[in-house]
Amino acid sequence: MRKLTGAIVLILLLGACKSNSSKTALPIYGNRQAVTTTVNGQSVTDTVYQTIPAFKYVNQYGDSTGSKNLDGKIYVADFFFTSCPSICPIMQRNMLNIYNAYKDNADFKIISFTIDPKHDSVPVLKNYADKLGVTGNSWWFLRGNRDSVYRIASNSYLVGVSQDSTAAGGYVHQGYFVLIDKQKRVRGSYDGTDMKQVSQLIDDIKTLQAEPVNAK
Amino acid sequence: MLLVLIVFSCQSDDSIEFKRYYSDGSIVYQNHCQNCHGEKGEGLSSLIPPFTDTAYLKTNLASLSCKINYGFTGKLVVSGKDFDGNMPASGLTPIEIAQALTYVTNSFGNKLGVITVDEVNNDLNKCEN
Repeated sequence: MRKLTGAIVLILLLGACKSNSSKTALPIYGNRQAVTTTVNGQSVTDTVYQTIPAFKYVNQYGDSTGSKNLDGKIYVADFFFTSCPSICPIMQRNMLNIYNAYKDNADFKIISFTIDPKHDSVPVLKNYADKLGVTGNSWWFLRGNRDSVYRIASNSYLVGVSQDSTAAGGYVHQGYFVLIDKQKRVRGSYDGTDMKQVSQLIDDIKTLQAEPVNAK
Repeated sequence: MLLVLIVFSCQSDDSIEFKRYYSDGSIVYQNHCQNCHGEKGEGLSSLIPPFTDTAYLKTNLASLSCKINYGFTGKLVVSGKDFDGNMPASGLTPIEIAQALTYVTNSFGNKLGVITVDEVNNDLNKCEN
């Protein structure tokens, strides 16, 4: 009898573990608003989530690249600069794992925004990508107007960046990898210097890919 | 008998010295080198050279203290790969450089023995820059 109870407890535990691991959905970050519209004479209330606003920058190939190229794509964003001596190498080493896991997936991209557009010209970014071993169009290194990049970093991707002459390399920035879904909503933020969190991100991308397109 | 004892005690002194340098070096490495050069000394693609090329470390040992102390800009060939980058000056003291070098040259598949602060000071006196 005791054995039987033990077995039942074990089964229950296993069941509990299983239902925990099969995650239903990732959270949606940012502000949200209830918006009431009239559809076919009936008023319908919907939740509108914060999304990444439109932007247009230039990638490492010199092509004009922006939010339009990310329509319907899942992507991971980070903020870096090529001459960064502090956390960037470890971030990009971890980002390479994500790149290698998903580079052949047409609906997935990685976007690295430079926060030092003065130094990081298009040829500098191309050279950096080449040396990192990044080819093709699954990982873009984007260069934009400094103020505009800083604004979307803190307001939209919720990542703090700033210029600081006392910091190593001249800039301070947080090492977050931000996961964006096909509807341009923030679905996760991970410490890009922590291998464990990056593994979680690799798993979460799969969860997001399996999500139905109209999921709220 | 006395000789044997002396030999033994010398060996263990060497070994204690090595262990001190090595274990202090692992902390220096974690705090000052690992972000770029990696936990396993693997480097980063063609951007940051690895520490797994024993032949390179052995032949260039004397110049490594200078590179760590003053930083380095220019070309290197390590593990058969070309590197052309820039490493900032470390701000480490000669003893910390010796500890870090002892750690690096005896980890990641390397086994070059202890590098003392005297050797580092000696090498630093001969830096080209």
